[in-house]
Amino acid sequence: MALQPAITDIEQLKARPEVAALMEAGPNAVAGAKFDRNELTIWVDRTALRNACNALKNHPQLQYNALADVTCVDWYPREPRFEVVYQLFSTANKKYLRLKVRLSGDDASVDSLTPIWPGANFFEREVFDLFGVRFDEHPDLRRIMMPDDWEGHPLRKDYPVEGYR
Amino acid sequence: MAHMTPTPVLDPSQDKTMILNMGPQHPSTHGVLRLLLEVDGETIVRIMPDIGYLHTGIEKTCEAKFYQQVVPMTDRIDYLCPMTNNLAYCLAVEKLLGLEIPPRAQWVRVLLNELTRINSHLVWLGTHAMDIGAMTVFLYCFREREDVLRLFEAVSGQRMMTSYFRIGGLALEPPLGWFDRVKKFLLRFPGNIDEYESLLTNNPIFVNRLKDVAYISADDAVALCATGPTLRASGVDVDLRRDLPYTGYENFKFNVPTSTAGDVYARYLVRVAELRESQKIATQALEGLPEGPVKADAPKVVLPDREKMKTQMEALIYHFKIVTEGFTVPEGEVYMPIESPRGEMGYYVVSDGTAKPYRVHMRSPSFANLQSLRKMCEGRLIADVVAAIGSIDIVLGDCDR
Repeated sequence: MALQPAITDIEQLKARPEVAALMEAGPNAVAGAKFDRNELTIWVDRTALRNACNALKNHPQLQYNALADVTCVDWYPREPRFEVVYQLFSTANKKYLRLKVRLSGDDASVDSLTPIWPGANFFEREVFDLFGVRFDEHPDLRRIMMPDDWEGHPLRKDYPVEGYR
Repeated sequence: MAHMTPTPVLDPSQDKTMILNMGPQHPSTHGVLRLLLEVDGETIVRIMPDIGYLHTGIEKTCEAKFYQQVVPMTDRIDYLCPMTNNLAYCLAVEKLLGLEIPPRAQWVRVLLNELTRINSHLVWLGTHAMDIGAMTVFLYCFREREDVLRLFEAVSGQRMMTSYFRIGGLALEPPLGWFDRVKKFLLRFPGNIDEYESLLTNNPIFVNRLKDVAYISADDAVALCATGPTLRASGVDVDLRRDLPYTGYENFKFNVPTSTAGDVYARYLVRVAELRESQKIATQALEGLPEGPVKADAPKVVLPDREKMKTQMEALIYHFKIVTEGFTVPEGEVYMPIESPRGEMGYYVVSDGTAKPYRVHMRSPSFANLQSLRKMCEGRLIADVVAAIGSIDIVLGDCDR
């Protein structure tokens, strides 16, 4: 099982139904794509996220009807700093798909997915709590892991692992 | 960095309702779960889970450890199924590395995973029945659980925090006579399940307490990100062991129990049926166990045998290198979902090409499943909350990480 090099050329990946469906949904929705280690990742423009998820969810063949996970990666000090990572799952086709949204450090906010999947609630609260990324139109955006009066967001890379802050 | 966080206080929406606090130290919340209930008499109007009491920042700690040092951290997430967590993490890193795992190691992993599922389901069954009022079952379940824990102790030296799976295979070959002990246990176990079922399945008090309680429909369960037995009891037939086989599950024959009833009783039946299936898979793993090594042939990743280390210079150098500097993992990211006893346990590991993971995220089933509690309980009686919590089988360590 030697590692194959990742495919990042969007022209090559256009043939994949997921990428094609998103390109159909909006002209500027797809900001990039990668096929690596048998997993497909699509970067989505942050304004197009909700449309993209709706398109994938309601697509007659793809049917990505479940949200498996929401998390975030902090690439500090690189900009755009945050990458919010969504794992979608299709209970009919049993397939996973990863969507990513890049966010800059000084304006880290993205549309909440709770109108599409109410289950995104806890996941987005966790990302808000630990990374400080805000989710617009989230019904109950407050800390979930840390105490309410905690200062800072522990999973950011500029937050120390140990010692005094 | 002060954020304007909305107030967490649950205000009564009407004059006739009141707020009731349940937990975090409540015997039926299976750990430190706090629930804020807004009740109108005995009926629940709103329910709001409050978690985070066990948050230890494991994800942050992982970023400061070498890849191999993260394995013992994963045990501590879900203390009822340590092997499942070990496996999910090891599979994720192995996928990042592109490592091939020898078949014997894979089969032992399947065997131990199913024993872990039995262990976890036995704790669930015992405590769930005790919540409902059936005290005896608890003692019966813990009797068998003790046997499973002894098997874990024999193989890994630890009863609960096993850390037995390593990146690239197993820590070491199981001890002599261990497989015979497993075999004896597996032969006896179906009789034990019959025993639990004879106490519960047709017991009118138990059935009346669980039937049509905490119903959740298939659509709601999917929308609320529920997975595992909670989802399958609502009629969605998803089991990652069968649908996206990992660590050699494609070689095993088993059924995936489902139900369309969607209530607590359905979840009970699904889990008890899963106990039987786990016994079947474990038996198959034992019978078809291939011979061969239990570690991958990757000297830069897998620690060498003790004997080789004492006789071969090269092995000693590799050992020294791995222990002091770790091993580097090629850049990339992987999401590795596996079927834990509670549902989808997913590890999202990002590598930046160094010896320490850039980011490790655990998608824990308890955290996601807890969201369905609201749908299950609102409009129902307070007494049913206890049954509902038991039926989604949460572990708060898993939930808070």
